Amino acid sequence: MSTEQTYAPGTHPDLPPPSNTIGFVGWVRGNLLNSTTNIVITVLTVYLLYLIIPPLMSWVFLDAVLQADSRDDCRAIAKEAGHPMGACWAFIGKRFELFVYGFYPAAERWRVNIAFFIMLAAFYPVLFDHAPYRKQGLWFALLAPVILVWLLIGGFGLEPVDTDKFGGFLLTLVIGVTGIVVSLPIGIALALGRQSDMPALRIICIGFIEFIRGVPLITLLFVASTMLNYFLPPGTTFDLLLRVLIMVTLFSSAYLAEVVRGGLQAIPKGQTEAADAMGLKYWQSMRLIILPQALKISIPGIVNSFIGLYKDSTLVIIIGLFDPLGMGRASLADTKWQGLSTEIYVFVAIFFFISCFAMARYSLYLEKKLHTGH
Amino acid sequence: MTEQEQVSDEAVAELEAGASKLKVSDELTITIKEMHKWYGSFHVLKNINLDVYRGERIVICGPSGSGKSTLIRCINRLEEHQQGDIIVDNVELTNDLKNIDAVRREVGMVFQHFNLFPHLTVLENCALAPIWVKQTPREEAEEIAMKYLTRVKIPEQALKFPGQLSGGQQQRVAIARSLCMSPRIMLFDEPTSALDPEMIKEVLDVMIELAGEGMTMLCVTHEMGFAKTVANRVIFMDEGEIIEENDPHEFFDNPQHERTQLFLSQILAH
Repeated sequence: MSTEQTYAPGTHPDLPPPSNTIGFVGWVRGNLLNSTTNIVITVLTVYLLYLIIPPLMSWVFLDAVLQADSRDDCRAIAKEAGHPMGACWAFIGKRFELFVYGFYPAAERWRVNIAFFIMLAAFYPVLFDHAPYRKQGLWFALLAPVILVWLLIGGFGLEPVDTDKFGGFLLTLVIGVTGIVVSLPIGIALALGRQSDMPALRIICIGFIEFIRGVPLITLLFVASTMLNYFLPPGTTFDLLLRVLIMVTLFSSAYLAEVVRGGLQAIPKGQTEAADAMGLKYWQSMRLIILPQALKISIPGIVNSFIGLYKDSTLVIIIGLFDPLGMGRASLADTKWQGLSTEIYVFVAIFFFISCFAMARYSLYLEKKLHTGH
Repeated sequence: MTEQEQVSDEAVAELEAGASKLKVSDELTITIKEMHKWYGSFHVLKNINLDVYRGERIVICGPSGSGKSTLIRCINRLEEHQQGDIIVDNVELTNDLKNIDAVRREVGMVFQHFNLFPHLTVLENCALAPIWVKQTPREEAEEIAMKYLTRVKIPEQALKFPGQLSGGQQQRVAIARSLCMSPRIMLFDEPTSALDPEMIKEVLDVMIELAGEGMTMLCVTHEMGFAKTVANRVIFMDEGEIIEENDPHEFFDNPQHERTQLFLSQILAH
């Protein structure tokens, strides 16, 4: 039997939703316990976490040794404290400067530190449009590369430092940031060139993209480190790091070109037509109408390429440059610390994870910010 | 509801009151002479001859695929013709980019799918061309934009993005956007075909008002009510040819050509 309706038709009041569908309880019910399968999966996951997390915590934190002079020392300290030997972070601590600066002369490392902060300051106005004094900041960002190069390799009043002294995270950042910053404009230009009406330009762009994509990065790095010497006139020196930077940038720009092309193709033809009909010139319509939309669509792909490039910088190890992985392997050769490879790789992994995760989050932030429709 | 009724009574009254203003001048503004166009080997436009005088309101109709959109798209060079001449305000359309730019500055276009720029606000959409094509200072361009947005009756939407508006509102923004360049000729490519029935009226009202102000208009449309009240000439196309060209009363009441009769009987049957 139904209860009597107490309101006139069309005047039903808004009621709050049932309490078990909102808040934390609602979330748990809706996401973790909403079907038999999900309940089983939830229980299994909790059990797996129980198996994994406590030992991991012990290894990373509780049983870890922070101060020691060798691996045996580590073991002895752990034994004295009455627990099994966890991570011997002391090793990382002792080698920390090598991981950060490579073989950069100790007396000049302040330059690397300043360069790092200048880089952050230059990125800030470029990446965030709510940055204070953004206009001045963008001019500073344009100038920053010159300052950074000057700080890092010296000259003009600073002690010159050879690029073969670069290593560790410094090297990763130099390769990653240069590759990312330079390859984006080249990639966009290649993508536009590939769609050009001018056959010569189009063929050159397609040829370049397909050639670079068809060759492994390692091959290009080998070419950079050895074969270029055959082509260059004898006696010329051409900085190895610079060659690597060029190769990495070209490699990345070919991939970016294809990502951007995908974005360009997703823009309806009507957009170009509307821009044309209004009398905008080709470059105006690209800059104001097409590229902002195409790049927005391409953000996930672009950031994906950037992350790939950043991690591929570890490949330079095979041509004798010491990135963090190379440093780690070199450190493991030390008999005092032999056998501590887990610590090294976990440490390097954390470094890469932080950088790459930051890029991924920034890409999400950007996508959200640029979302204008429904 | 017949199509005729979709055009609001006030707008029609206004139009009739200002009928003296609507007199077509004898100044030629568009001349199309023996124009042909091919897509590859497909002959889309065949021997098109058309003179448009300033202040004319021409409705172009015909079955789909008859080349009517292609024809008006040739007038601002969104499509290239291969033979014959198109002269717009004494500028001949050739491969010369300068001429194309000159023509596009004078000719506004409204598309079936609006083609608003989704990443820019309504106001930015409207101010863009004045700023970049005419080098109008930003503030002044925004004033112009607001003026035309007020005329199409959506000034309150200026800071929204196109994706937040209804279809009818979007099309009115598109019209305002074209008007911001103060064009002397407006091309409409099926401006109401993508709209829900209840939104067609608001767009047609704006177009009728525009006609009342003496704008030269070429309009591809299936709105026969609009053609009857606003057009001074109706052109019927089929298979790339202009089959019949007449004033609206003659065209609807007394179509000359067999194909025109068939077309009209089909679209007016329901």
